[in-house]
Amino acid sequence: MTVIVKKTTQLIAGIVFLYGIYIILHGHLTPGGGFAGGVILAGSFILLILAFGSDFLHLLREERGSTIYENLAILAFLLLALSGFLAGAGIFFANWLPHGTPGELVSAGFLPLYNIFVGIEVAASILTIFLALVIFKEEILK
Amino acid sequence: MELAISVIVGFMILGAIYAIHARDILSAVIAGGIVGYSLVICFILLKAPDLAIVQIVVETITLIIMVAVVLDSSRVEAYGKFDSRAWVTSGTAVLILAILFWFLKEASATLAPFGENSMRMADAYVNGAVDRTGSVNLVTGVIFDFRGYDTLGEATVLVTAVLGVLTILRIRGKKI
Repeated sequence: MTVIVKKTTQLIAGIVFLYGIYIILHGHLTPGGGFAGGVILAGSFILLILAFGSDFLHLLREERGSTIYENLAILAFLLLALSGFLAGAGIFFANWLPHGTPGELVSAGFLPLYNIFVGIEVAASILTIFLALVIFKEEILK
Repeated sequence: MELAISVIVGFMILGAIYAIHARDILSAVIAGGIVGYSLVICFILLKAPDLAIVQIVVETITLIIMVAVVLDSSRVEAYGKFDSRAWVTSGTAVLILAILFWFLKEASATLAPFGENSMRMADAYVNGAVDRTGSVNLVTGVIFDFRGYDTLGEATVLVTAVLGVLTILRIRGKKI
């Protein structure tokens, strides 16, 4: 890509990444949540890859890192759900942490944690699919 | 507001029809984008900003991937011959559509009239969600607390989709 696109991407990608984190962390207060924020996080990475080409991020050779993050995130989601079962409530997805005052950042028990792990999982999934397509194209061209 | 939504839905139908009949696949993909972005405006008008955020980002990423795929392959649509196998497939499709429409008609006879939904479940969700979950955003309270199994299923669907993509898009095997 040209210098203009690269420079604009350098300026914007970090802000997009921070916006995704904001959407995920405030998922229980404002519109958004794990799914929306995760897609925005993946979008910032895809922006970088599109502007700077395949060689810029070294993880492009293998998508191993993103797949590991994806699987660990869904595993953590399951373990959090299971913890409600083991903590005495006896219900899958029991929200047994103290709820706090509604409207504050640290409140609502497990919901922010669920949001964070679902955000990681969605971001890693979409990035993995994009990387798989990029690697497929490189292998075709060889 | 109903007028605005009707106009936008008209645009969506026009875009979809153009996407079917376009000769150039690139213009068909972009015309398909009309449907997605109009849906974003519909979601905002219907006061669903959660869905609007997801839809606008997913639509953009999908459009980027589709445009990249079209630019790397062919821009001309491949037409096949209309032989006997095509007759069988089209006949099956029409038959299944007719059966589905018949069942839809039968099922919709027992539903509440359009616009007068019964709020038996939704009342409990809307009125008690903040006390029970502690989440101010009602949507998050519903999808992670009341409907946690649904969210687990959605996340599992994503994992399965990634597994499928990685299985199909591998030419050389990975060295272990």
